[in-house]
Amino acid sequence: MSEKDESAIVIKGLWFSYDGYCVLEDVNLSIPQGDFVSVVGPNGGGKTTLLRLVLGLLRPSRGEIRVFGVTPEEARPRTGYMPQHAQLDPQFPATVMDVALMGRLGQGRPFGPYSKRDKEAVVTALEQVGLRDLHKKSFASISGGQRQRLFIARALAGEPDLLLLDEPTANLDVVMEGDLYELLQTLNQRMTVVMVSHDLGFVSKLVKSVVCVKCQVSSHPTSEITGEIIDAMYGSPMRIVRHDHGDSKEVIKWRSSS
Amino acid sequence: MAQFLIDLQQYQFLQNALFTGILASVACGIIGTYIVIRRISYIADGIAHTVLGGMGAALYLHKVYHWQGVVPLHGALVAAVIAAVVIGLVSLWAKQREDTVISALWAVGMAAGIVFISRTPGYNEDLMGYLFGNILMVSSSDLWMLAGLDIVIVAVGLLFYNQFLAVCFDQEFARVRGVRVEVFYLLLLCLAALTVVVLATVVGIVMVIALLTLPVAVAALFSTTMWRMMIISSILCAIFTTSGLMLSYGPDYPAGAATIIIAGAIYLAATTLKWALSRGRS
Repeated sequence: MSEKDESAIVIKGLWFSYDGYCVLEDVNLSIPQGDFVSVVGPNGGGKTTLLRLVLGLLRPSRGEIRVFGVTPEEARPRTGYMPQHAQLDPQFPATVMDVALMGRLGQGRPFGPYSKRDKEAVVTALEQVGLRDLHKKSFASISGGQRQRLFIARALAGEPDLLLLDEPTANLDVVMEGDLYELLQTLNQRMTVVMVSHDLGFVSKLVKSVVCVKCQVSSHPTSEITGEIIDAMYGSPMRIVRHDHGDSKEVIKWRSSS
Repeated sequence: MAQFLIDLQQYQFLQNALFTGILASVACGIIGTYIVIRRISYIADGIAHTVLGGMGAALYLHKVYHWQGVVPLHGALVAAVIAAVVIGLVSLWAKQREDTVISALWAVGMAAGIVFISRTPGYNEDLMGYLFGNILMVSSSDLWMLAGLDIVIVAVGLLFYNQFLAVCFDQEFARVRGVRVEVFYLLLLCLAALTVVVLATVVGIVMVIALLTLPVAVAALFSTTMWRMMIISSILCAIFTTSGLMLSYGPDYPAGAATIIIAGAIYLAATTLKWALSRGRS
């Protein structure tokens, strides 16, 4: 947190095309520090591409991205990332601790074992997601929801100022989803949170702004999100479904009415 | 078997063979584990077969042009590292189909080796030795070189344990954490190439892949962490090579083939046992 008024992410005039297809068109976006952003949009709309650009895993065809005022690569030590994990080997020989420690790479020495400081940071991260007691368990033996939390801990292990999550609610049931949002809300008190959602995602009390991605990108405060914006983005009428789970976990979702 | 133990005290070549097997096992356990969990055994096999070209070329230079300093082991090293770098670069950056390139290198490497060996005067027993192993022919100078290689493989393999683990598990995340993924991938392939050369002296290039993967496959049934997998597969590999040597010595079977059959039998037994146990439990 070097400068208080510095934006977490600034994107100016960004274009990205892949194999000749334009995926993102003239994106201008500014995400202030401390924001909690949900990135929504239809499949293939470019949500994950946008996230990967912010991580420096892809390079824009045109335009500029700044993360904390520097290039995405330079900002990586301050960035925590939770990717989609459909493709990982579930039988991989590693413990929960081993996986979480991967989040410490790039912080200390470029070779050799992890330091005591690394291990302390990881234990703290595991504690935050409630996996402290499972740290010796094998990766193969934990459940899908626990894996999801483990990947958040791995992202937190590097003590980031910006947390980027790609579909963190995939594979989670509604109760686990609610727990996850609570965790993210707590984390948001210390860091900027940007998450990609698989369907329109939730627009609940905790998300402060919504970024809609469908080739073009528009940003809205949560309060301004209306049915018209959603319909325009998905190109078909959507229905608002209200999920109420007691009074504390209120999640609103839009689903296609067709 | 008793004859083996008596002769072991007498003959240098048997001692060399025993040490070669044990040295190879350390590299085999560590690098074999990386190869299996990163799922690049096809690449390792491709590198192994390409090695024949280098061996043949070195043998040819040695016998026809009397390059005294050049022995087949040198040729094997050069060919293995070149194959590793070419395959690595292709799989990282080129749009070429990776398996096509591996198959091409594999076959062309072997073809070059066969041509060189056929043009080399003398017995063609060498070819059989390279293909199926010649552990009883390891000279003392070879043994020192294998020991040196072993130290390099083990040291690099362990020094970057965390980086390799992360790259094998989730390459993209490792990249975001600032790990130079391409460098480590190429380094891993080069270590695999060196390991292939060491193992080729034990079981021959055709059977290298079995010794790289079978001990790890057995170890995987009983390990939840990578380091445990490495230790168990190293021990298993040492058991396989030593027992292969011992059991083949009396009846004069080919040692490399005996080693592989033992490894295969243990793998089959271990998977069956594991399957039976899990069935019994559920």
